Formats: sequence, C-alpha cells, structure tokens
Amino acid sequence: MSTPSKTLGDYVLGLADDALVSAQRMGWWISRAPQLEEDLALANIGLDQLGQARTLLSYAGQLEGDGRTEDDLAYLRDEREFRNVWLVERAQSDFGVTMARLLLFAAWQSELYAALASCPDPTLAGVAGKAVKEVAYHLDHAARWVVRLGDGTEESHQRMQAALDAEWPYLDELFRPVEGAVVDPASLHPLVLARIEPVVAEATLEVPQVAPARGGGRAGLHTEELGYLLAEMQHLHRSHPGATW
Amino acid sequence: MRDWPLWEVFVRSRRGLSHVHVGSLHAPDAEMALRNARDVYTRRQEGVSLWVVPAAEIVASDPGERDAFFDPADDKVYRHPTFYNVPEGVEHL
Repeated sequence: MSTPSKTLGDYVLGLADDALVSAQRMGWWISRAPQLEEDLALANIGLDQLGQARTLLSYAGQLEGDGRTEDDLAYLRDEREFRNVWLVERAQSDFGVTMARLLLFAAWQSELYAALASCPDPTLAGVAGKAVKEVAYHLDHAARWVVRLGDGTEESHQRMQAALDAEWPYLDELFRPVEGAVVDPASLHPLVLARIEPVVAEATLEVPQVAPARGGGRAGLHTEELGYLLAEMQHLHRSHPGATW
Repeated sequence: MRDWPLWEVFVRSRRGLSHVHVGSLHAPDAEMALRNARDVYTRRQEGVSLWVVPAAEIVASDPGERDAFFDPADDKVYRHPTFYNVPEGVEHL
C-alpha cells in the first residue's frame, strides 16, 4: 500500500528522470554539433535540464524517506527503476531528430512547469518557477531550428518532416494518467499542441498522423537504448563510489 | 555552414554601462547571431543586454595609417583637462 508521500515521490521521480535522461542525451552533442555555437547551445540546454533534475531528484529522495540522495538516485538505480518517458531516452545522432524531440519536450515542459509554478507544493512550485524561463528558451531554440530546416531547402524540409514523424509517436506518453500527479497530464495535451502546431505550420511541415508508441517508461518499462545510456552515465560513479571532481 | 558570416558581439554588463566588444561568432542571420551570442558569451551572468553587428559592416581604421591618425595627438597635452583649477568640494570629476 502506498502512502500519499510515496505516490507524490513517484510522480516527482518521473519528472526528474525525464530531465536527467534528456540532459544526458543533450550532452552527446558536445563536440558533435554542426558548429561551435550550437555545441554550446545544446550543452547549455542540457545543463538547464540537469539542474532541474538535481532538485527534483533530491525532492523525490526526501519524499521516499529512505535517505537516498540525488546521486544515489541518478547513479545507483537500474533501468527498471527509471521513470522517464520514451521520448527522451532513445539514442539520436541526427540534428533534425534532436530539434524535433526538443520541440515536443520543451513545449510539454513549458506547460507543465507553468502549471506547477502555481501548485500548492512549495518545492515543486519553486523548481517550476525557475525552470519555466529556462524551458522557454529551449522551446524557442528548437522552434527556430525546426522552422529554419522545415522551410529551408528541399532536402532539409524532407529530413525535418522525417524527424518529426519519428518523434511524434512518443508525444502521447506524456499525457497518460500518472498516480500522484500534481498536474493532470491530460490537461496539458491541448496546451502543448497549441504551442507545437503553429511552429509545424510555420515550418511548412505536416502534423504527423501516426499511431502512438507503446511507452511505459513511468512504470519502468524502457527501450533497449536506455540501458546503454545508463551504463555510460553511471559507470564512473559505480566504479569509483563517492568519486568527486 | 562554413560560409556563415562573422558577427561581432557586444555585451552590456550592467545598466548604465556601455556595450563592450567581447568577441565574435558565426551565424546564418542576425536572429541566430543574437541567440548564439547569448549562449557563447553570457553563460556566466556577463550581461543584461547584447548587440550583434555584422563584422563586414564595421569600418575599421587601417593599422598602416596609425601614425597619421593618432600620432598628431601626442604633443597636444593642452587638450587634457589638467590646466584648470578645480574649486574645493567639487566631486565626481
């Protein structure tokens, strides 16, 4: 039987893991982005997400009540204990895919944090109030690239549409019911679409008509690729427990 | 991307101070240049305002003409405001 604090903890852990896993994927771009300026932009975005993840992880640890710290939760949980959605966990090495994904993710985070900023939980409201400004910039960055590539050359248009088609099935998971949710996930659906669709239209792209992916991240079911991500993210801490910079 | 134009970046660090040149970057257009400048040059709270200027639009003095441009000012010390008696009690000079 789960207590209210435990279910809230699970909810917070989901949001924390979304941010943490997305940050780790952003980090992949460092030294690989199209040019130096974009390298820094993506690293900055990843660091913003990591900052959100740290506060949320600490709070999730407190709510859980077993004394686990942010590091314990980030580095010492196995794949099945992670609660992030599939949208953020899959490997990506195509810049268009990263921008399509960031557009969807940042649009969702923008509405989520805007709603959480006025929720009665002071910790969540605090994190959200700070993060809402960060994700506004992430959304702007992604939107500009999606428009630029979508409304660019014939090839960039076609590749941007393919990227959007590839990421769109993973949007649905963000709006599925979650136990302990402070903000009803379904209530964000129209708001998030209202942020994404004008960008897609301006980019001269089509809103994909695709079936939702299965998902299941909130219940600890993940794609194979999360395992590789965790191996890279956790191996140093596990090989050298307590290591610090 | 190699032919993206160069932009010069100016940052105002605080209200009341002027924008100071901090460096340059590449970007396809002004909008992206401004955003790249934010990411490259204001990551550590360096600024409250940014200017980006196409490097090609800056007209610079020619280093070869330095003598003709600047040396004539060398022996005109009377242009410095050091020959005035400042009344006592005047501050902020």
